[in-house]
Amino acid sequence: MAVEIDELDKAIIREVQAELPLVERPYLEIAQRLEISEEELLDRLRKLKQEGKLRRLGVILYHRQAGYEFNGMGAWIVPAEKIEEVGAVMASYQKISHVYERPTYPDWPYNLFSMVHGQSQAEVEGILEEISQKTGIKDYRVLYSTEELKKVSMKYFCEEDSN
Amino acid sequence: MNKELDNLDQQLLNITQRDFPITSKPYQAIGEKLGIEGSEVIDRIKKLKEQGYIRRLGGIFSSKELGYVSTLVATKVEEDKFYKVAEKINQYPGVTHNYRRNHDFNLWFTLIVSSSAKLEAQLAEIADLEGVKVLRNLPAKNLYKLGVNLDMQSKEQDRGEENGS
Repeated sequence: MAVEIDELDKAIIREVQAELPLVERPYLEIAQRLEISEEELLDRLRKLKQEGKLRRLGVILYHRQAGYEFNGMGAWIVPAEKIEEVGAVMASYQKISHVYERPTYPDWPYNLFSMVHGQSQAEVEGILEEISQKTGIKDYRVLYSTEELKKVSMKYFCEEDSN
Repeated sequence: MNKELDNLDQQLLNITQRDFPITSKPYQAIGEKLGIEGSEVIDRIKKLKEQGYIRRLGGIFSSKELGYVSTLVATKVEEDKFYKVAEKINQYPGVTHNYRRNHDFNLWFTLIVSSSAKLEAQLAEIADLEGVKVLRNLPAKNLYKLGVNLDMQSKEQDRGEENGS
Protein backbone atom coordinates (compact mmCIF):
# COMPACT_ATOMS: atom_id res chain seq x y z
CA MET A 1 0.00 0.00 0.00
CA ALA A 2 1.67 3.18 -1.16
CA VAL A 3 0.60 5.87 1.22
CA GLU A 4 2.83 8.91 1.19
CA ILE A 5 3.25 10.49 4.59
CA ASP A 6 6.21 12.73 5.20
CA GLU A 7 8.23 12.81 8.39
CA LEU A 8 6.60 16.01 9.63
CA ASP A 9 3.12 14.57 9.25
CA LYS A 10 4.27 11.47 11.12
CA ALA A 11 5.62 13.65 13.92
CA ILE A 12 2.33 15.58 14.02
CA ILE A 13 0.35 12.33 14.16
CA ARG A 14 2.52 11.07 17.04
CA GLU A 15 1.68 14.23 19.00
CA VAL A 16 -2.01 14.50 18.18
CA GLN A 17 -2.76 10.81 18.82
CA ALA A 18 -1.83 11.51 22.45
CA GLU A 19 -3.42 14.31 24.46
CA LEU A 20 -4.20 17.80 23.26
CA PRO A 21 -2.85 20.25 25.85
CA LEU A 22 -5.44 22.00 28.02
CA VAL A 23 -4.09 25.51 27.49
CA GLU A 24 -5.47 28.50 25.63
CA ARG A 25 -3.44 27.74 22.50
CA PRO A 26 -2.88 23.96 22.47
CA TYR A 27 -1.72 23.85 18.85
CA LEU A 28 0.92 26.47 19.56
CA GLU A 29 2.29 24.26 22.33
CA ILE A 30 2.49 21.23 20.01
CA ALA A 31 3.96 23.34 17.20
CA GLN A 32 6.72 24.54 19.51
CA ARG A 33 7.58 20.95 20.42
CA LEU A 34 7.84 20.18 16.69
CA GLU A 35 9.71 23.41 15.98
CA ILE A 36 7.21 24.60 13.40
CA SER A 37 4.77 27.51 13.39
CA GLU A 38 1.28 27.20 14.79
CA GLU A 39 -0.07 28.13 11.36
CA GLU A 40 1.81 25.32 9.67
CA LEU A 41 0.50 22.83 12.22
CA LEU A 42 -3.08 24.03 11.73
CA ASP A 43 -2.71 23.83 7.94
CA ARG A 44 -1.27 20.33 8.15
CA LEU A 45 -4.02 19.15 10.49
CA ARG A 46 -6.72 20.57 8.23
CA LYS A 47 -5.12 18.78 5.29
CA LEU A 48 -4.88 15.49 7.20
CA LYS A 49 -8.55 15.85 8.04
CA GLN A 50 -9.49 16.69 4.47
CA GLU A 51 -7.61 13.66 3.18
CA GLY A 52 -9.41 11.44 5.67
CA LYS A 53 -6.21 10.52 7.48
CA LEU A 54 -7.40 12.34 10.58
CA ARG A 55 -10.89 10.95 11.05
CA ARG A 56 -11.85 13.03 14.00
CA LEU A 57 -10.37 15.35 16.55
CA GLY A 58 -12.06 15.65 19.89
CA VAL A 59 -12.96 13.78 23.04
CA ILE A 60 -13.28 10.04 23.31
CA LEU A 61 -15.61 9.01 26.11
CA TYR A 62 -15.66 6.08 28.44
CA HIS A 63 -18.89 4.44 27.32
CA ARG A 64 -19.69 2.97 30.67
CA GLN A 65 -19.34 6.15 32.63
CA ALA A 66 -21.28 8.02 29.97
CA GLY A 67 -24.27 5.80 30.69
CA TYR A 68 -23.84 3.44 27.74
CA GLU A 69 -23.05 0.41 29.80
CA PHE A 70 -24.00 -2.37 27.50
CA ASN A 71 -22.32 -2.96 24.21
CA GLY A 72 -23.56 -5.87 22.19
CA MET A 73 -22.06 -7.18 18.99
CA GLY A 74 -24.88 -8.19 16.69
CA ALA A 75 -23.77 -10.90 14.25
CA TRP A 76 -26.10 -11.56 11.33
CA ILE A 77 -26.44 -14.00 8.46
CA VAL A 78 -27.52 -11.77 5.58
CA PRO A 79 -27.88 -12.92 1.95
CA ALA A 80 -25.44 -11.12 -0.37
CA GLU A 81 -28.20 -9.36 -2.31
CA LYS A 82 -29.68 -7.85 0.86
CA ILE A 83 -26.51 -6.81 2.57
CA GLU A 84 -26.39 -3.24 1.32
CA GLU A 85 -29.99 -2.57 2.31
CA VAL A 86 -29.63 -4.18 5.74
CA GLY A 87 -26.32 -2.38 6.33
CA ALA A 88 -28.02 0.94 5.62
CA VAL A 89 -30.83 0.21 8.07
CA MET A 90 -28.29 -0.62 10.79
CA ALA A 91 -26.21 2.45 10.02
CA SER A 92 -29.26 4.69 10.53
CA TYR A 93 -29.32 3.94 14.26
CA GLN A 94 -27.53 6.48 16.39
CA LYS A 95 -26.73 3.78 18.95
CA ILE A 96 -25.03 1.56 16.39
CA SER A 97 -21.44 2.69 16.00
CA HIS A 98 -19.89 0.14 13.64
CA VAL A 99 -21.40 -1.88 10.79
CA TYR A 100 -19.08 -4.16 8.85
CA GLU A 101 -19.35 -7.00 6.38
CA ARG A 102 -16.78 -9.70 7.17
CA PRO A 103 -15.81 -13.11 5.77
CA THR A 104 -17.45 -16.31 6.97
CA TYR A 105 -16.17 -19.75 7.93
CA PRO A 106 -17.90 -23.10 8.43
CA ASP A 107 -17.81 -22.45 12.19
CA TRP A 108 -18.66 -18.73 11.84
CA PRO A 109 -21.46 -18.15 9.32
CA TYR A 110 -22.26 -14.57 10.37
CA ASN A 111 -21.28 -12.05 7.69
CA LEU A 112 -22.62 -8.73 8.97
CA PHE A 113 -21.61 -7.14 12.27
CA SER A 114 -23.34 -4.31 14.12
CA MET A 115 -21.99 -2.85 17.34
CA VAL A 116 -24.80 -1.56 19.55
CA HIS A 117 -24.36 0.70 22.56
CA GLY A 118 -27.19 0.93 25.03
CA GLN A 119 -28.02 1.64 28.61
CA SER A 120 -29.29 -1.84 29.30
CA GLN A 121 -29.18 -5.30 27.83
CA ALA A 122 -32.89 -4.98 27.09
CA GLU A 123 -32.28 -1.81 25.08
CA VAL A 124 -29.52 -3.45 23.02
CA GLU A 125 -31.66 -6.50 22.33
CA GLY A 126 -34.64 -4.28 21.55
CA ILE A 127 -32.68 -2.45 18.87
CA LEU A 128 -31.50 -5.71 17.30
CA GLU A 129 -35.01 -7.15 17.43
CA GLU A 130 -36.37 -4.04 15.72
CA ILE A 131 -33.75 -4.33 12.96
CA SER A 132 -34.65 -7.98 12.54
CA GLN A 133 -38.30 -7.06 12.09
CA LYS A 134 -37.55 -4.20 9.70
CA THR A 135 -35.22 -6.22 7.51
CA GLY A 136 -36.68 -9.70 7.80
CA ILE A 137 -33.30 -11.11 8.82
CA LYS A 138 -34.07 -13.67 11.51
CA ASP A 139 -30.74 -15.40 11.72
CA TYR A 140 -28.66 -13.40 14.15
CA ARG A 141 -27.14 -13.49 17.59
CA VAL A 142 -25.70 -11.03 20.02
CA LEU A 143 -22.34 -11.41 21.70
CA TYR A 144 -21.58 -9.37 24.77
CA SER A 145 -18.18 -8.43 26.00
CA THR A 146 -18.08 -10.03 29.42
CA GLU A 147 -14.59 -8.81 30.19
CA GLU A 148 -12.37 -6.06 28.79
CA LEU A 149 -8.89 -7.53 28.43
CA LYS A 150 -7.34 -4.55 26.61
CA LYS A 151 -8.53 -1.26 25.23
CA VAL A 152 -6.03 1.32 24.01
CA SER A 153 -5.75 3.85 21.22
CA MET A 154 -3.48 2.82 18.39
CA LYS A 155 -0.10 4.54 18.37
CA TYR A 156 0.91 5.06 14.76
CA PHE A 157 4.48 5.57 13.59
CA CYS A 158 6.08 4.42 16.82
CA GLU A 159 9.26 2.35 16.96
CA GLU A 160 7.59 -0.99 17.56
CA ASP A 161 5.92 -1.11 14.19
CA SER A 162 8.13 1.05 12.03
CA ASN A 163 10.16 -1.85 10.69
CA MET B 1 -27.79 8.58 34.82
CA ASN B 2 -25.34 11.44 34.42
CA LYS B 3 -26.15 12.86 37.82
CA GLU B 4 -22.91 14.81 37.96
CA LEU B 5 -23.27 16.25 34.47
CA ASP B 6 -25.07 19.53 34.17
CA ASN B 7 -26.53 20.73 30.94
CA LEU B 8 -23.36 22.62 29.96
CA ASP B 9 -21.22 19.51 30.50
CA GLN B 10 -23.55 17.51 28.31
CA GLN B 11 -23.48 20.10 25.54
CA LEU B 12 -19.72 20.35 25.87
CA LEU B 13 -19.31 16.58 25.45
CA ASN B 14 -21.59 16.56 22.44
CA ILE B 15 -19.75 19.41 20.74
CA THR B 16 -16.25 18.18 21.51
CA GLN B 17 -17.03 14.66 20.33
CA ARG B 18 -18.03 15.87 16.90
CA ASP B 19 -16.28 18.97 16.01
CA PHE B 20 -13.23 20.14 17.91
CA PRO B 21 -11.99 23.32 16.21
CA ILE B 22 -8.68 23.31 14.34
CA THR B 23 -8.09 26.97 15.06
CA SER B 24 -5.67 28.89 17.24
CA LYS B 25 -7.93 29.15 20.30
CA PRO B 26 -10.21 26.12 20.14
CA TYR B 27 -11.44 26.24 23.75
CA GLN B 28 -12.45 29.86 23.34
CA ALA B 29 -14.32 28.99 20.13
CA ILE B 30 -16.20 26.22 21.95
CA GLY B 31 -16.90 28.60 24.83
CA GLU B 32 -18.48 31.08 22.45
CA LYS B 33 -20.95 28.43 21.31
CA LEU B 34 -21.85 27.65 24.92
CA GLY B 35 -21.79 31.20 26.24
CA ILE B 36 -18.87 30.62 28.62
CA GLU B 37 -15.20 31.60 28.75
CA GLY B 38 -12.52 29.45 27.15
CA SER B 39 -10.93 28.98 30.56
CA GLU B 40 -14.17 27.47 31.86
CA VAL B 41 -14.21 25.06 28.91
CA ILE B 42 -10.70 23.96 29.91
CA ASP B 43 -11.70 23.59 33.58
CA ARG B 44 -14.75 21.56 32.68
CA ILE B 45 -12.77 19.25 30.37
CA LYS B 46 -10.23 18.73 33.18
CA LYS B 47 -13.03 17.87 35.57
CA LEU B 48 -14.66 15.49 33.07
CA LYS B 49 -11.33 13.72 32.63
CA GLU B 50 -10.85 13.41 36.38
CA GLN B 51 -14.37 12.08 36.82
CA GLY B 52 -13.70 9.44 34.20
CA TYR B 53 -16.07 10.63 31.50
CA ILE B 54 -13.38 11.57 28.99
CA ARG B 55 -10.89 8.88 28.05
CA ARG B 56 -8.79 11.10 25.82
CA LEU B 57 -8.83 14.42 24.00
CA GLY B 58 -6.93 14.10 20.75
CA GLY B 59 -6.99 12.79 17.21
CA ILE B 60 -8.42 9.57 15.89
CA PHE B 61 -6.67 8.52 12.72
CA SER B 62 -7.80 6.23 9.94
CA SER B 63 -5.50 3.23 9.96
CA LYS B 64 -6.34 2.51 6.34
CA GLU B 65 -5.55 6.04 5.16
CA LEU B 66 -2.24 5.91 7.03
CA GLY B 67 -1.30 2.76 5.13
CA TYR B 68 -1.93 0.34 7.97
CA VAL B 69 -3.96 -2.86 7.78
CA SER B 70 -6.43 -3.86 10.44
CA THR B 71 -8.60 -6.80 11.27
CA LEU B 72 -10.91 -8.37 13.81
CA VAL B 73 -9.92 -11.80 15.05
CA ALA B 74 -12.14 -14.39 16.71
CA THR B 75 -10.47 -17.16 18.70
CA LYS B 76 -11.49 -20.16 20.73
CA VAL B 77 -9.20 -20.40 23.71
CA GLU B 78 -9.03 -23.20 26.27
CA GLU B 79 -10.50 -21.91 29.50
CA ASP B 80 -7.60 -22.94 31.73
CA LYS B 81 -5.13 -21.10 29.50
CA PHE B 82 -7.40 -18.14 28.79
CA TYR B 83 -5.59 -15.42 30.73
CA LYS B 84 -2.15 -16.63 29.74
CA VAL B 85 -3.17 -16.41 26.10
CA ALA B 86 -4.86 -13.03 26.61
CA GLU B 87 -1.73 -11.65 28.22
CA LYS B 88 0.45 -12.82 25.32
CA ILE B 89 -1.92 -11.36 22.76
CA ASN B 90 -2.06 -8.06 24.65
CA GLN B 91 1.70 -7.67 24.33
CA TYR B 92 1.37 -6.89 20.63
CA PRO B 93 1.26 -3.09 20.29
CA GLY B 94 -1.18 -3.39 17.37
CA VAL B 95 -3.74 -5.21 19.52
CA THR B 96 -5.94 -2.29 20.54
CA HIS B 97 -9.09 -4.03 21.74
CA ASN B 98 -9.37 -7.43 23.34
CA TYR B 99 -12.55 -8.79 24.91
CA ARG B 100 -13.87 -11.98 26.36
CA ARG B 101 -17.25 -12.71 24.82
CA ASN B 102 -20.04 -15.08 25.75
CA HIS B 103 -19.57 -17.58 22.91
CA ASP B 104 -17.46 -20.60 21.90
CA PHE B 105 -15.37 -17.95 20.20
CA ASN B 106 -14.54 -16.58 23.61
CA LEU B 107 -11.70 -14.15 22.88
CA TRP B 108 -11.98 -11.38 20.28
CA PHE B 109 -9.33 -8.84 19.47
CA THR B 110 -8.52 -6.17 16.91
CA LEU B 111 -5.11 -5.92 15.32
CA ILE B 112 -3.60 -2.95 13.45
CA VAL B 113 -0.17 -3.26 11.82
CA SER B 114 1.84 -1.51 9.14
CA SER B 115 1.76 -4.27 6.49
CA SER B 116 -0.16 -7.36 5.39
CA ALA B 117 2.97 -9.47 5.81
CA LYS B 118 3.22 -8.38 9.41
CA LEU B 119 -0.45 -9.12 9.99
CA GLU B 120 -0.09 -12.64 8.63
CA ALA B 121 3.04 -13.24 10.69
CA GLN B 122 1.51 -12.05 13.95
CA LEU B 123 -1.70 -14.02 13.38
CA ALA B 124 0.38 -17.13 12.72
CA GLU B 125 2.26 -16.58 15.98
CA ILE B 126 -0.96 -16.12 17.92
CA ALA B 127 -2.60 -19.16 16.29
CA ASP B 128 0.39 -21.18 17.51
CA LEU B 129 0.06 -20.11 21.14
CA GLU B 130 -0.66 -22.97 23.48
CA GLY B 131 -4.35 -22.91 24.33
CA VAL B 132 -5.57 -21.34 21.07
CA LYS B 133 -7.82 -23.96 19.50
CA VAL B 134 -9.22 -21.98 16.57
CA LEU B 135 -8.36 -18.60 15.10
CA ARG B 136 -10.52 -16.90 12.50
CA ASN B 137 -9.37 -13.78 10.73
CA LEU B 138 -12.34 -11.49 10.03
CA PRO B 139 -11.03 -8.45 8.15
CA ALA B 140 -13.69 -5.97 7.05
CA LYS B 141 -14.88 -6.51 3.46
CA ASN B 142 -17.26 -3.57 3.46
CA LEU B 143 -17.90 -0.76 5.85
CA TYR B 144 -21.41 0.56 6.31
CA LYS B 145 -20.76 2.71 9.33
CA LEU B 146 -17.91 3.79 11.51
CA GLY B 147 -18.37 6.51 14.04
CA VAL B 148 -19.12 6.78 17.68
CA ASN B 149 -21.06 9.74 18.88
CA LEU B 150 -22.71 9.11 22.16
CA ASP B 151 -25.49 11.59 22.68
CA MET B 152 -25.19 12.89 26.21
CA GLN B 153 -28.52 14.67 26.11
CA SER B 154 -32.06 13.35 26.06
CA LYS B 155 -31.19 9.76 25.28
CA GLU B 156 -34.77 8.59 25.61
CA GLN B 157 -35.89 11.07 22.99
CA ASP B 158 -33.27 9.79 20.58
CA ARG B 159 -34.57 6.33 20.98
CA GLY B 160 -38.00 7.61 20.05
CA GLU B 161 -36.70 9.21 16.89
CA GLU B 162 -35.06 5.95 15.91
CA ASN B 163 -38.30 4.12 16.41
CA GLY B 164 -40.00 6.52 14.11
CA SER B 165 -37.37 6.40 11.38
